[in-house]
Amino acid sequence: MGWAIALHGGAGDIPKDLPPERRKPREATLRRCLEIGVAALKAHKSALDVVELVVRELENCPHFNAGRGSVLTTDGTVEMEASIMDGKTKNCGAVSGLTTVVNAISLARLVMEKTPHIYLAFDGAEAFAREQGVETVDSSHFITPENIERLKQAREANRVQIDYTQPIKKAPKIAPVPEGDQIGTVGCVAIDTQGNLATATSTGGLVNKMVGRIGDTPIIGTGTYANHLCAVSATGKGESIIRATVGRDVAALMEYKGLSLEDAAAYVVEEGAPKGTVGLVAVSATGEVTMPYNTTGMFRACATEAGHTELGIWSSESNE
Amino acid sequence: MGGWAIAVHGGAGVDPNLPPQRQEEAKQLLTRCLNLGISALRSSLPAIDVVELVVRELESDPLFNSGRGSALTENGTVEMEASIMDGPKRRCGAVSGVTTVKNPISLARLVMDKSPHSYLAFSGAEEFAKQQGVEMVDNEYFITEDNVGMLKLAKEANSILYDYRIPIVGLESCGAAAESPILMNGLPISVYAPETVGCVVVDGQGRCAAATSTGGLMNKMTGRIGDSPLIGAGTYACDLCGVSCTGEGEAIIRGTLARDVAALMEYKELSLQDAADYVINKRLDEGKAGLIAVSKTGEVACGFNTNGMFRGCATEDGFMKVGIW
Repeated sequence: MGWAIALHGGAGDIPKDLPPERRKPREATLRRCLEIGVAALKAHKSALDVVELVVRELENCPHFNAGRGSVLTTDGTVEMEASIMDGKTKNCGAVSGLTTVVNAISLARLVMEKTPHIYLAFDGAEAFAREQGVETVDSSHFITPENIERLKQAREANRVQIDYTQPIKKAPKIAPVPEGDQIGTVGCVAIDTQGNLATATSTGGLVNKMVGRIGDTPIIGTGTYANHLCAVSATGKGESIIRATVGRDVAALMEYKGLSLEDAAAYVVEEGAPKGTVGLVAVSATGEVTMPYNTTGMFRACATEAGHTELGIWSSESNE
Repeated sequence: MGGWAIAVHGGAGVDPNLPPQRQEEAKQLLTRCLNLGISALRSSLPAIDVVELVVRELESDPLFNSGRGSALTENGTVEMEASIMDGPKRRCGAVSGVTTVKNPISLARLVMDKSPHSYLAFSGAEEFAKQQGVEMVDNEYFITEDNVGMLKLAKEANSILYDYRIPIVGLESCGAAAESPILMNGLPISVYAPETVGCVVVDGQGRCAAATSTGGLMNKMTGRIGDSPLIGAGTYACDLCGVSCTGEGEAIIRGTLARDVAALMEYKELSLQDAADYVINKRLDEGKAGLIAVSKTGEVACGFNTNGMFRGCATEDGFMKVGIW
């Protein structure tokens, strides 16, 4: 029992020889976000507040595929999406197609709290953002050189980054961007000191995606889900996560089949989706945490009131 | 058991004062669509083709809230959305924010079959439609006089922008509310136009498919997306069944209604009808919605907690029924 928190910065084909200059800033951000989340939970902030503030941090970090650092569409633009869900009430909010909003997750929360709707997208979402006075900036703020390079490589390889099972060998003269296309979403799940669960997920989507493409992240029940039993945030290949309704399935296995959080999550990741396509973080109403993935790695971190802490990328790491 | 089965719907939540003539028109449309689906099934067309062609028919008819006859946004325009799912491999396609594509369900199908993605929206969806050469028309094509009138009433009721659980002041002056105090999503039922359309089919080979299409909520904010294009909420199909939902979008999304019918069959081994009943009774909380479903063994089921749902169903053994209440 007690509070618990888990967060991720994306699952994918993260190469084990990821150079330190790419690995360390991400690890540092995960550590910082974990600390921020834990401090907030200890200060009795609600799970909903905690997941929002952690995901805001992750969005602001340019090394992850959300907010600043979002991957680019085939037109070289950013289209960001996010969703948030309150396990206690099952209220939820989602946004897609954002181009100027600094923190998509906060706009998703406003959709949930300030409109009679659940999901706003594109021009309508941007207009709502202005009505609400949230922070907006020129789109260029979100674009990083790394992502410009990723898009270039994807175009040269003439693919959308979806075929995770077939790494494409590049000519030696082009230094591939580490994890190339396999750069996932960010998310956070938490259970607070009152026993309430919440989840939040945010992303720039897929490298070289078609303009207007929506992934799993804003689709409640797939990339994001929370109820009274658990909270889930998924990452990986959106199309696979949608098809496998990952978020809802973890909860449904617990609810309808009586599986534990760990077993439910493991089942969904191992049996529900093809290898190399999905990872997730989840917490349960009893304060358990699980972070399974079927990709090479997943940037992740977690902590529980009971004292268990973990931060890692691949499976060789355990406690830190 | 076994054999094909088909169900169609034209929305959950029916004005109890709906004029008999409108009721008759609705039943005729549902019957026509069922018959279209039945012929297709008898010609051994696969489930995925049947749900698409039936929903196309529903979209083309201005009676229900999809394609032509779609509900209007707060700006008086039409923004349509749809999704389709093929049970055997759980392939899916969805579109939102479609404004000039004559048949959104067919665009959703193309997303599934011809794009590397599952869901395209707004200008990206329209661009894809152009590339695919689908039939495109002006936004005006979809707008009916009826709906222009409804939008006006909805604005008078002026309730959609507020928490719809709070009783609405001033509704007494709105003629529509005086006749029927039933509210859905904050609007009087006569104005709400919840008539999303959908079709679910299991073919002679036991393959299930589902398709749903809608103009969305009357007087919705531009850019608002409901449950119809969301896989797992408004639409779902897998090996076991195909499901299409209609009603209050928020309730359907929170309850992940379509996926839950299948999950109950899969994880709790409920029968199709028991799963449909469970979902309607236990997964909606205060929400109002309905659904139709078929199973791979040729059963058909429906459930709704609204005061009616336009629906029709038929099975290979000759059973056929069209109803509203």
